[in-house]
Amino acid sequence: MSDEKWTVTFIIHRQKGPDSQPHFDEFTIEIHPEEFVLDGVEYIWAYKDRSLVFRHACHHTTCGACGMRVNGVEKLACMTKIADVTQDGGKIKLEPLRNFPIVGDLVVDLGPLYRKMHEVHAPEVIPLCASPWEGEGIKPPQETPKREDGEEYIRLPDCIECGLCVSACPTAASDAEYLGPAVLAAIHIQGIDENPDLLALADSREGVWRCHSAYECSAVCPSNVDPAWRIMDLRKQIIARRLKFKK
Amino acid sequence: MSKPHAIVIGAGFTGVAIAHDLALRGFEVTVVERGPIANGTSGRTHGLLHSGGRYAVKDQESAIECIEENTILRKIVPDVIEPNGGMFVAVEESDLEYREEFIAGCEACHIPIEEITPQEALRLEPHLNPKVITAFLVPDGTFDPLRLALAFAATAKSNGAVFHLFTDVVGMVLDGNGNVLGVKVWDRANDERYEIRGDIVVNATGAWVGQITKMAHGHVPITPTPGVMVAYGHRFVQRAINRLVRPSDGDIVLPQRRMAVVGTTSFSVDDVDYIPIIRDQVQMMLERGTKLIPELGTAKVRGIYMATRPLIGSSGPGRSISRTFKAYDHKDLDNIDGLVTITGGKATTCRAMAEKTVDIVCEKLGISAPCTTKEVPLISYRRFYVD
Ligand SMILES: Cc1cc2nc3c(=O)[nH]c(=O)nc-3n(C[C@H](O)[C@H](O)[C@H](O)COP(=O)(O)OP(=O)(O)OC[C@H]3O[C@@H](n4cnc5c(N)ncnc54)[C@H](O)[C@@H]3O)c2cc1C
Ligand code: SF4
Repeated sequence: MSDEKWTVTFIIHRQKGPDSQPHFDEFTIEIHPEEFVLDGVEYIWAYKDRSLVFRHACHHTTCGACGMRVNGVEKLACMTKIADVTQDGGKIKLEPLRNFPIVGDLVVDLGPLYRKMHEVHAPEVIPLCASPWEGEGIKPPQETPKREDGEEYIRLPDCIECGLCVSACPTAASDAEYLGPAVLAAIHIQGIDENPDLLALADSREGVWRCHSAYECSAVCPSNVDPAWRIMDLRKQIIARRLKFKK
Repeated sequence: MSKPHAIVIGAGFTGVAIAHDLALRGFEVTVVERGPIANGTSGRTHGLLHSGGRYAVKDQESAIECIEENTILRKIVPDVIEPNGGMFVAVEESDLEYREEFIAGCEACHIPIEEITPQEALRLEPHLNPKVITAFLVPDGTFDPLRLALAFAATAKSNGAVFHLFTDVVGMVLDGNGNVLGVKVWDRANDERYEIRGDIVVNATGAWVGQITKMAHGHVPITPTPGVMVAYGHRFVQRAINRLVRPSDGDIVLPQRRMAVVGTTSFSVDDVDYIPIIRDQVQMMLERGTKLIPELGTAKVRGIYMATRPLIGSSGPGRSISRTFKAYDHKDLDNIDGLVTITGGKATTCRAMAEKTVDIVCEKLGISAPCTTKEVPLISYRRFYVD
């Protein structure tokens, strides 16, 4: 791998406090094309402007903290390579996620998402058999390995509560009460047959019928949740139930 | 009498665990953190809930702490942990030289292990190197770093702790004798500066403790020693896989959500705010990781990251310094009252570190309140955002 660095200009959304006027600041730095956008942001904070605020924790896509818009598209900054979003001498524009209250600069308050996930009691850990395999859509696998004692393996679920799907969703943009892709996906994973409270929520005014089928959520989701398909599947399940009960 | 007021600097594992313990022991608690929760070393760990097996030969004090705290965390915060155990595997004849020492060390530290056949190891973990010679099951686990920290923070908050995030401590409020009365802070999200006064300031800034003690004209002996980790986009294993060797570079592969994470290395640096990725070390992770899981290289890299251990001691190579933590009362260290520094340790032992630190704080302030964090379950991490 070459050690050659690129010269890249970061154009960063700045705003101190929710009520002040936003503007953009430009920072030109030398950075390796194989580094990630988040590394660039941390470098700018460390050496160019200590007042910059941004969210991050794990730097490897398990925590969901570093969601932002990179050149207009929702991304986790930790897994977005410089080489994939610009070229030597090029620019990278960074903005906070949409559809969340702004805290400052690149930081939004993900509270509304976490609160809704709490309301639908989205499981914090799930058995391995409930997580679909890679490339196999939203259906749980036929067979999974078991522990030495015959018990199911337990794992952290796919959804990392990053909010990218909410930011990309046109419905969430016009309706703050809409449950939104991640929350509806969490309902789908738990099952509406087993959870009458979740059925009621999914079938409510702010539930699956509000979705405009833009599929933007699934396009930006970095973690294989595929919320759009789950919303469509929930609709099918709800209609099937209605037909069954009519008979 | 009003509650004693403690100011905690830093919201990594150490800071949030201290905030939780202080709140339970009846303190008014203010946490000041310059970024979001767990943005420093804590966010950027492997996420290995150590069984202690890794330290059972060379650092038994750490190993014993790990197995005790591993058991406690599984009980008080199960919802951020993949409790699937771990394995130590020998993949080369020379690894077997460590086998006897490992068995004896685990026994001495009361770490339950079970030796299994290569066939059984491969049945449990089909992606393991088929050359595996022997394997031991150990009670390791994996955790989500942000959510582990959030669970402590959420519980502290529900007991009254107040968090000032994106707020740097930029100076100390001192009395005429150089004792600490509080902190001067800069809220960077709103660009506001103010002072917070308290009865005690607890410096839990990990690899940055030296910067804070300097503000109080004190000192503390630590060596920042970073290491690299690489996350691959496929869950090749269901439990933490450790190489059966003395702790060395690139000898752990562990699962997390849909990934496999390999780590780590150990070297010294001066500036810890930004640590560039060292390409040779990334290559080494792949080479070493492949010895455990040959297919590793077939998966896409999802992340590469560096984190800095705050190891105790001021010189020498990283790995030989004890991993155990130390809490310092600066009254004893530099004749400065009002400031306690805690550093070292690991994620797995953060509750124990907090217990020891808050014991010191209580003793200093003449408060008798027993620690109850071993028994009190943490509330859901999501509740950091509820209320
Ligand atoms: C490479 C590596 C891998 C590791 N893997 C594991 C593992 O798998 N399992 C395990 O148990 N342990 C592991 N550890 C150890 C563990 O991660 C650390 O011991 C632990 O995270 C330290 O936590 P801390 O809270 O003390 O420090 P930090 O998490 O670094 O917290 C310090 C906080 O202080 C804040 N701060 C700094 N200066 C200021 C200021 N002026 N004002 C306000 N706030 C400030 C920082 O922003 C930061 O959030 C690993 C360590 C490393 C380096
Ligand atoms: S569904 Fe995907 S995009 Fe939405 S919060 Fe979960 S992980 Fe993020």
